[in-house]
Amino acid sequence: MTATADDTASTTQIYRVFIRAEPQAIWDAITTPEWTQRFGYGLRDDYELRPGGKYRGYSNKGMLAMGLPEVAVDGEVVESDPPRKLVVTWRMVMDPSMAAEGFTRLTYEIVEGKGGVTRLSVIHDVAGTPGHGAMVAGVLQGPGSGGGWTWILSDLKSLLENGQAMTTYQGDW
Amino acid sequence: MTDDDRVFKALADPTRRFLLDRLFSRDGRTLTELESELDMTRFGVMKHLRILEDAGLVISQKTGREKRHFLNPVPIRLVHDRWIDKFTERRVSALTDLKRQLEEESA
Repeated sequence: MTATADDTASTTQIYRVFIRAEPQAIWDAITTPEWTQRFGYGLRDDYELRPGGKYRGYSNKGMLAMGLPEVAVDGEVVESDPPRKLVVTWRMVMDPSMAAEGFTRLTYEIVEGKGGVTRLSVIHDVAGTPGHGAMVAGVLQGPGSGGGWTWILSDLKSLLENGQAMTTYQGDW
Repeated sequence: MTDDDRVFKALADPTRRFLLDRLFSRDGRTLTELESELDMTRFGVMKHLRILEDAGLVISQKTGREKRHFLNPVPIRLVHDRWIDKFTERRVSALTDLKRQLEEESA
């Protein structure tokens, strides 16, 4: 099957949030395990920040207790330009059907704005991976409850602006 | 105008809500595609998209010659967290559940 314009159109998801924080603080929150445990789903993300470097998202205690594997997400660093841009391949390995879909491509873009406000964009190319597409869009969590990137980015904003996340999954590391 | 003001203003118009619904059903549409579904001039649609972009609800990206429009639900989530969560989430979700249930039954 040849990819049409429509296929391309529907397989990229873009999320954006403005955060009152320095670009470096946002970079650290995304790339260091001490921070990634504190918002969203509370995975412990571990990056080798160089092209070709390893990326792993480790399950927290709550996830392990549910019987999920130690490595929940895997991938590889494509581009690392701190504190501006991070590109990784990204695959949910904790779910066999999603693991079988293969890798998605995830880009974080951090742009400093005026008055101490920084723009964070997440561009997730989920071409050919409908399971990933549904999950990161928050579809699996049902109407009203949010989930996916929308929720993760709102939570990150709360963490960086107010010192604590609102609704973070309590991983209990 | 605050960020919340821009979001409320952007949502306070049926054409703009229609555009968001179209992008929700399929993201990444071009102006030409969006325009074809509305009885409105190209310029009119552009004006509405501009207001949605100013509110952060739509993000446009150039791919080749075309500009594609993507729905960004994050500002709605923030308004939700700030205004709806705080006061009424439990009651609102009970009512929206009821509405959904009744509509499904009558469908």
